[in-house]
Amino acid sequence: MALVEEYTDVVVVGAGHAGCEAALACARLGLSTIIFTVSVDSIAMMPCNPHIGGSSKGHLVREIDALGGEMGKCIDHTFLQSKMLNKSKGPAVHSLRAQADKTAYSERMRRTLENQENLSIQQMEVNEILTDESGRLTGVKTYSGAVYHCKAAILCTGTYLNGRCIYGDVEMLTGPNGLQSATHLTDSLKEHGIIMKRFKTGTPCRMDGRTIDYSKMTPQYGDVPVVPFSFETDPKDVQIDQATVWLTHTTEETHEIIRENLDRSPLYSGKISGVGPRYCPSIEDKVVRFADRKSHQVFVEPQGKNTNEMYIDGMSSSMPEDVQIAMYHSVPGLEHAKIVRNAYAIEYDCVDAQQLTRTFEFKKIRGLFSAGQMNGSSGYEEAAAQGLYAGINAAMEILGKEPLLIDRSEGYIGVLVDDLITRENHEPYRMMTSRAEYRLLLRQDNADLRLTEKGHRVGLISDERYERFLQKKEQIERETERVKKVSVGAGEKVQEVLRKCGSDPLSTSATLAELIRRPELDYFCLAELDPERPDLPYAVQEEVNIGIKYEGYIKRQERQVVQFEKAEQTLIPDDLDYDVVPSLRTEARQNLKKVKPASIGQASRITGVNPADISVLLVYLKR
Amino acid sequence: MHKMSDEDTIAAISTAISESGIGIVRISGPDAIKIADKVYRSPGGKKHLKDVPTHTIHYGYVADLVSSSLVQSSSSSQDSSIGEKVHSSEGVIDEVLVSVMRAPKTYTAEDVVEINCHGGVLVVTKVLDAVIRAGARPAEPGEFTKRAFLNGRIDLTEAEAVMDVIESKNQFALQNSVSQVRGSLYRTISGMRSQMIYQSAHIEACLDDPEALSFDEYVPELSEYTDKWISEVSHLLETADSGRLMQEGIRTVIVGKPNAGKSSLLNLLLGEERAIVTPIAGTTRDVLTETVTIGGMTLMITDTAGIRDTEDIVEKIGVQRARDAVEKADLVLYLIDSSTSIDIEDREIFNLIREKNVIILQNKTDLNTVTDIESIRRELGKLFIKYKCADERQNTGDNEQSADQESLETDVSSKIPVIPFSAKERTGLDDLIAALKKMFFSGQIAYNDEVIITNARHKALLQRTLESLRQLKRSIDDHMPEDFYTIDLMSAYESMGEITGEEIGDDLADEIFSRFCMGK
Repeated sequence: MALVEEYTDVVVVGAGHAGCEAALACARLGLSTIIFTVSVDSIAMMPCNPHIGGSSKGHLVREIDALGGEMGKCIDHTFLQSKMLNKSKGPAVHSLRAQADKTAYSERMRRTLENQENLSIQQMEVNEILTDESGRLTGVKTYSGAVYHCKAAILCTGTYLNGRCIYGDVEMLTGPNGLQSATHLTDSLKEHGIIMKRFKTGTPCRMDGRTIDYSKMTPQYGDVPVVPFSFETDPKDVQIDQATVWLTHTTEETHEIIRENLDRSPLYSGKISGVGPRYCPSIEDKVVRFADRKSHQVFVEPQGKNTNEMYIDGMSSSMPEDVQIAMYHSVPGLEHAKIVRNAYAIEYDCVDAQQLTRTFEFKKIRGLFSAGQMNGSSGYEEAAAQGLYAGINAAMEILGKEPLLIDRSEGYIGVLVDDLITRENHEPYRMMTSRAEYRLLLRQDNADLRLTEKGHRVGLISDERYERFLQKKEQIERETERVKKVSVGAGEKVQEVLRKCGSDPLSTSATLAELIRRPELDYFCLAELDPERPDLPYAVQEEVNIGIKYEGYIKRQERQVVQFEKAEQTLIPDDLDYDVVPSLRTEARQNLKKVKPASIGQASRITGVNPADISVLLVYLKR
Repeated sequence: MHKMSDEDTIAAISTAISESGIGIVRISGPDAIKIADKVYRSPGGKKHLKDVPTHTIHYGYVADLVSSSLVQSSSSSQDSSIGEKVHSSEGVIDEVLVSVMRAPKTYTAEDVVEINCHGGVLVVTKVLDAVIRAGARPAEPGEFTKRAFLNGRIDLTEAEAVMDVIESKNQFALQNSVSQVRGSLYRTISGMRSQMIYQSAHIEACLDDPEALSFDEYVPELSEYTDKWISEVSHLLETADSGRLMQEGIRTVIVGKPNAGKSSLLNLLLGEERAIVTPIAGTTRDVLTETVTIGGMTLMITDTAGIRDTEDIVEKIGVQRARDAVEKADLVLYLIDSSTSIDIEDREIFNLIREKNVIILQNKTDLNTVTDIESIRRELGKLFIKYKCADERQNTGDNEQSADQESLETDVSSKIPVIPFSAKERTGLDDLIAALKKMFFSGQIAYNDEVIITNARHKALLQRTLESLRQLKRSIDDHMPEDFYTIDLMSAYESMGEITGEEIGDDLADEIFSRFCMGK
């Protein structure tokens, strides 16, 4: 009998980016929720880079916002600088990225949690998960011995499980940034038959801004005007004085120092066993793997408004302290800079996400969910997206409602979830636009058009916001129709405008839509030729422009989606016994048993399952 | 990603390809009749299959009307590969009977059209090609049966049999992709694929980390590559059309003692000097495979090192390969050197081939005949009985043999054709062709029809690759943003990967991370 015993609907373990979204979603949906953290002062901490967004991650933040999550709103209030990346490329790869004021972000998220009805915060390590005879989750037990009975628990433990930080010979058994790690939960999960993995990641040093010589660096400024992340933020509110980021680069000397000391790197001496991400290599990795590169970019970025600390982006490392000092000092502008916090690598436990259903619930332990780095991903945005998704689905299950499902044609969140639960992940998973096969449809500009409906259905999008959304949708449709009908003649004024835009003159009349499709023209530059144009918000005009300009390509992907959906909608029963399905090849059978795909579509994406195996499955299911 | 769909229209050769030279190309799916109409021409040129009643048969011709689109199918729509109906005598492939059967009372419960061709294997294959170019997709292994089952036309108890068919045909297809698509085709495709994935990774890396990597001067380079790929794939398609993409035909092996004249026979059939021919026994050390068309039949001939026990290591490997080749063969041409007597080596060879379809060539009739047809037949009879009895002894332990049995076995062995032959003087060839025809038309030996189906699949995939590349070229020429390029580039990459049987998986991410330095 525990001395302290409490009852609640939902327990969230961990208050990082995944945990915050999960807890907020559950509480906002009316469920009593407790969020546990090893340190209340580190809620929504950004222990690595100071960005929110970036290529494909910006898409995720927009999607989180469309579903009623918090990340977009939080960064809109706390950013220091903002840029739309890839503006000169197609709309599918435009990506918003902001420099965050880390402390401000963390504080604002903490206030949001503190003020959220139904939600309480508790500083405590969760040690055990508790289940009944049927293997269903019944609650959790803390380090202090208290028992919290709950209907669902969501594990968002980030890099804290058996965390180990390393540089050179120095080793600390802590979570990120010297915070206390969680050392018991892994064992409890293993006792329940959960398979754990060990991943690794790293971060560069932080330096004292007063000791940096910016005159040797190139300034990088933010965009004017700034585009907000949240569809709810008024663009007027984000036009701030932006901070500057500084660009410098490594030198031959830097690379020489690294090469000379490679034998002292824990990465190369075998001291680190976890699997690190290839897309975010440490500087020593870059020097070894891309030996022909004479130099790598280094961005020097502010960590916040109220600190001198600067983040040395591009030079994460786990070299010994003396080597770090030497190598950072070999970078122009950092010759005399003082390190505030050393760079380090961190190893941690996470789960093999193939053990999860497509709502992120453990197949073995019903009622237990997991999200974020715990699922083998990396990145704040990937974590937040998963936290929101798992939170909503835990809530849907408790409330007896249909789960929130997002497939690969509906959102990057769908791609993220599907990749994590379906494919073997050998390194921390990072989102990339190239992972989305229908990326022309999954743009950051239309995230609301894709997902607001779902957000409203689950109950996180208010009726008022939903009304505004429907209105926007209608405006887009009406204006698109109009532009396709309005035709301009080959008159002098028209030719004049076309000439001005560097476009060939018209020989006969054409519709505005036809002109918009010309590579050098768009909806905006034709305003002069379009006196009837209604006064519409920029977001509506942008959708009209993209929809018309890339119509052929978009239609093509839409046709592919129709095919894709058929396979997604052919469901496979949960209890299918693959051992009795004849004629499956061994590799396919093993992997199918492991993943237990929800649909024929998911089955076809499993490594080692080929089209003939799919045919066999289809025939068997129809039997 | 697998592109599976049960909504499209599929086609395949639906008969075993040996029988009496008649082959049926079956088309099934919603567009079956529309597609058939594109290749069918009635004698008067006016009849359209879409207008005919269901379950009727129509006389006419099949014409390959879309072959011209290979050269210039570049309009922008998806359906661009489907050409217009041609009303000239140009491109006629065969005289045919076409059965039109509308859903649901058909084998697959879909619209089905069957084109009965009678011009032999090559013609059936060409008709299938034409149908595929007109818009059908080559059927996957067992797919007609699968559709029949899924549409409720086959009894439930047959389900497992269907799965077995899919499985076994798939095994064949897999082996084909990896083992038969080797050599220059494999190298060409792999070479192009690695260029494509590198180019895609370059673009994606730039998009992912635009502050570190840029596209400067990149587009002209990609444009050049694209032109090169288009011409290479077009070239592959042309060679595919002349039937050399993958070998299809009767798998034939030439066996005989060292220096029985195997290489001379092969050279005679090929009409050119290919194998090394010397009078020294044991000069053919490797296995050569050649495709020969004689009497309208295609033979895939493997010449073997003389089958005999040898101490020479190199030759030993060759001998082992020969034994393997015999295992897989549909037909064995057994050369007996009539200038020497039948010995223990011949008996061993016979042991190896006795369960195969065999034609015996009594070679070197230009020299002094030591072994005549009668002695061959006598030996055959004896050997047959000997091995038969050896088998039975193993089975029953019975040592005796009855006279009845002897006459029966002699009768069986007498059915093996023995043809006097001289590779050197080129005599006996007509008799060989006659014997082949007899075996072929009686159904005793058959074409490897899965190979033909696989070939059709490959051609369709090459065609799809070509369309993706042309779309890519258009995107470049239209100055579309760079992120549009990878869409078609990756489609081309995937289509080609299906030919070589490779899974796509995380290729692109792997290439990006391994070739480009990512991450600030």
